[in-house]
Amino acid sequence: MSPDTLSTPVVETAKTAPDRARSRAQAARRRKTIVFAVRVLLLVAVLGLWEVLSRAKVIDPFNFSMPSKIWDQIWTWVTHGTALGPLGEQIWYTLYEALLGWVIGVIAGVVFGIALGRIAFLADVLGPYIKVLNSIPRIVLAPIFVIWFGLGASSKVASAVVLVFFPVFFNAFQGAREVDRNLVANARILGASDRRVTLQVVIPSATSWIFTSLHVSFGFALIGAIVGEYIGATKGIGLLVAQSQGTFNAAGVYAAMTILAVVALAAEGLLTFAERRIFRWKPSGSDS
Amino acid sequence: MSTDTSPAIELRGASKIFKTPSGGLHTAVRDLDLAVGRGEFVAVVGPTGCGKSTTLTLVSGLEEPSEGEVLVAGEPVAGVGDKVGFVFQQDATFPWRTVLSNVMAGPRFRGVPKAEAKEKARAWLAKVGLAAFEDRYPHQLSGGQRKRVALAATFVNDPEILLMDEPFSALDVQTRALMSDELLELWEGTGASVVFVTHDLEESIALADKVVVMTAGPATVKQVFEIDLPRPRKVESVRLEPRFIEIYREIWESLGEEVRITRERGAAHVA
Repeated sequence: MSPDTLSTPVVETAKTAPDRARSRAQAARRRKTIVFAVRVLLLVAVLGLWEVLSRAKVIDPFNFSMPSKIWDQIWTWVTHGTALGPLGEQIWYTLYEALLGWVIGVIAGVVFGIALGRIAFLADVLGPYIKVLNSIPRIVLAPIFVIWFGLGASSKVASAVVLVFFPVFFNAFQGAREVDRNLVANARILGASDRRVTLQVVIPSATSWIFTSLHVSFGFALIGAIVGEYIGATKGIGLLVAQSQGTFNAAGVYAAMTILAVVALAAEGLLTFAERRIFRWKPSGSDS
Repeated sequence: MSTDTSPAIELRGASKIFKTPSGGLHTAVRDLDLAVGRGEFVAVVGPTGCGKSTTLTLVSGLEEPSEGEVLVAGEPVAGVGDKVGFVFQQDATFPWRTVLSNVMAGPRFRGVPKAEAKEKARAWLAKVGLAAFEDRYPHQLSGGQRKRVALAATFVNDPEILLMDEPFSALDVQTRALMSDELLELWEGTGASVVFVTHDLEESIALADKVVVMTAGPATVKQVFEIDLPRPRKVESVRLEPRFIEIYREIWESLGEEVRITRERGAAHVA
């Protein structure tokens, strides 16, 4: 390639450069539109196929329902409310449990992770216990929490906390362990006390580790809240799923799933936004 | 007062033995005697990996000697003192802090009020020519600019003792010469005692009053050379002087042998 570019007269390259840039931008735009169009097409095709197969009774509409029925179900919930009360209230209830559980789990995970990452004695003493606790499939704790804390929000918050705690803890621990030793040495030379090193060197450098766990763990918090509600609750989307299932309303189960997906995606979007603001110092992503 | 007459830095029979991950023992520094006078610029040269850097970590208080004594201003070193500045080989600027905040870090860690720290930091940023960059983050700067930030962040603490561990080895040749000149200018205003570790003999002669040649690892002092080139020096021009070349030849005779030993050992390891 390079011999060609070299042999091109200078005047001509100067003239064609803006054209080339424009055509390149155009091509990039075109590609974006095509990707988006195919994406939408794929969704329409899948939903359409589902609808047609279900209407033609190729798949059992009673078990598999169909997109139009699911949409009707959502619409009914939105306009007339659910059997448990208004839909917004159910969403809010689940979201509240998940958020509270998430916040508590994250704070506990970060504090313990950093503490154990910094204090080798604590890590040595508690290490095996944490491994044992982590090996329990934590979702089985949800029924116990219902027994302990009753049908209210606290049992769901508790199951969200135990699900969130471990991934956050392990990432914070790893983050605290993998701090650049040069940075720590530099901070100490510059006069930082141990506390300052923790607060101003270890925690900032562990944030990128912690943030990767935050994305996953919010999903876990929702799972905790939903499973808790599913087992026993008075309100919430998990209960909605359980009730729909109890009345063999497949459309209801799918509708609740759809609502959950939207809620999870919105939360994910918020988190990404916060992350961009916090990580302005990072070289990755668009500059300036 | 005995402290007034004692040298700025003194190592007496200092040794440092590390445990290797495989459980063995590795002697990085062996029976090291070295004295650095007040306001003196000492360069330490030696083959790569011989333990030069370890010497600096002993003086800084980041590591304790396994045997022997390390004295700073006549006092035994116990932990990181507030007289010491350290410029590292790798980038040690805090990536999440802006340039200004990086330079303010030292004074803030030492409890200087914010406004005063800011003022001092701005003055040093101006001295290293980065006044216009105070709001940037380190990743937005070039390697040379980041080194300048590191220099400003070190000098802002007014260190009496300045330890430098191959600070310019990651820079390209031109930037390196420029930074060496800047370092000399900055240093001449402070009267700090400097220990500058490098594997580049030219750099060491151009900068220092005294060049210490280390043996192949475990490191100990092999020979000390006084550099009688007049100051102020310009790194680019001083290296063309006949006296410079004479000194270079003399020291290389001593250093070259150690480099050869290190190389042969490396070859033996590979074989």
